[in-house]
Amino acid sequence: MAKSPAPVRPAMSRVRFLGSAKSGTADAWNMRITSIALVPLSIAFVAIVLSLLGKDYAAVRTELGHPLPAILMLLFILSGVFHMKLGMQSIIDDYVHAAQLKEWALIANLFSSVCIGLACIYAVLKLSFT
Amino acid sequence: MKEAEFGASGIETRRPLSPHLQIYRPTLTMMMSIAHRITGAALYFGTLLLAWFLIAVSTGGGAYDVAAYCLNSIAGKLILFGFTWALFHHLLGGIRHAIWDTGHGLEHPQREWLTRAGLVGGIGLTVTVWTIAYLVH
Repeated sequence: MAKSPAPVRPAMSRVRFLGSAKSGTADAWNMRITSIALVPLSIAFVAIVLSLLGKDYAAVRTELGHPLPAILMLLFILSGVFHMKLGMQSIIDDYVHAAQLKEWALIANLFSSVCIGLACIYAVLKLSFT
Repeated sequence: MKEAEFGASGIETRRPLSPHLQIYRPTLTMMMSIAHRITGAALYFGTLLLAWFLIAVSTGGGAYDVAAYCLNSIAGKLILFGFTWALFHHLLGGIRHAIWDTGHGLEHPQREWLTRAGLVGGIGLTVTVWTIAYLVH
């Protein structure tokens, strides 16, 4: 026999239900949740930045150390960093096709998002507690 | 045809491809979709500015003066203006997508209006915020 026979199970039945149908929608859902949170929070962020204009260093420090601006900044940073991590992840998924480069890009995205988020949170907390 | 287009069983495995961007005439909704992604990516790098500013404030007067000097320069203001526009453009784009997610506004006249409102609104809000900034300052 020159050629092995075609498999009894068709190709589609072998791959069906092996996809990401279990947790595959989590990213899309979290993207929407964070975007809802970011509507009021990014407006609050712009308002806080506007309130800092023309103030000297001590006044900026005091303003950002007040509970309300500090809490709003923390919420904005947390939801913003989560949102941007998911957004960059889908950009990488869409455009980076080389398997290894894609893994590294996803890792770099996670690391930089966490670093940016943690740095911002640390700075805001330091302003509030020192 | 190339060998790679056939599986082990000799059956053709090449799948149909959907037409991509270059096939279509550019439309406003398409351009705004692309702009949504580009502004999103720009905001990613904008958070680096925010992190730098917050760390500078928490570090001390010297670091703050350097950050304030850079952000008050012409280049700094241009970047901040772009940041403001990207933020509002992406914000309104997100609201538009949220409306579309509910199944509303997808028909022809509504979707064009929503898209135009996003474009004009993003520019309008940016100019408004910068006008307020200059009036307060």
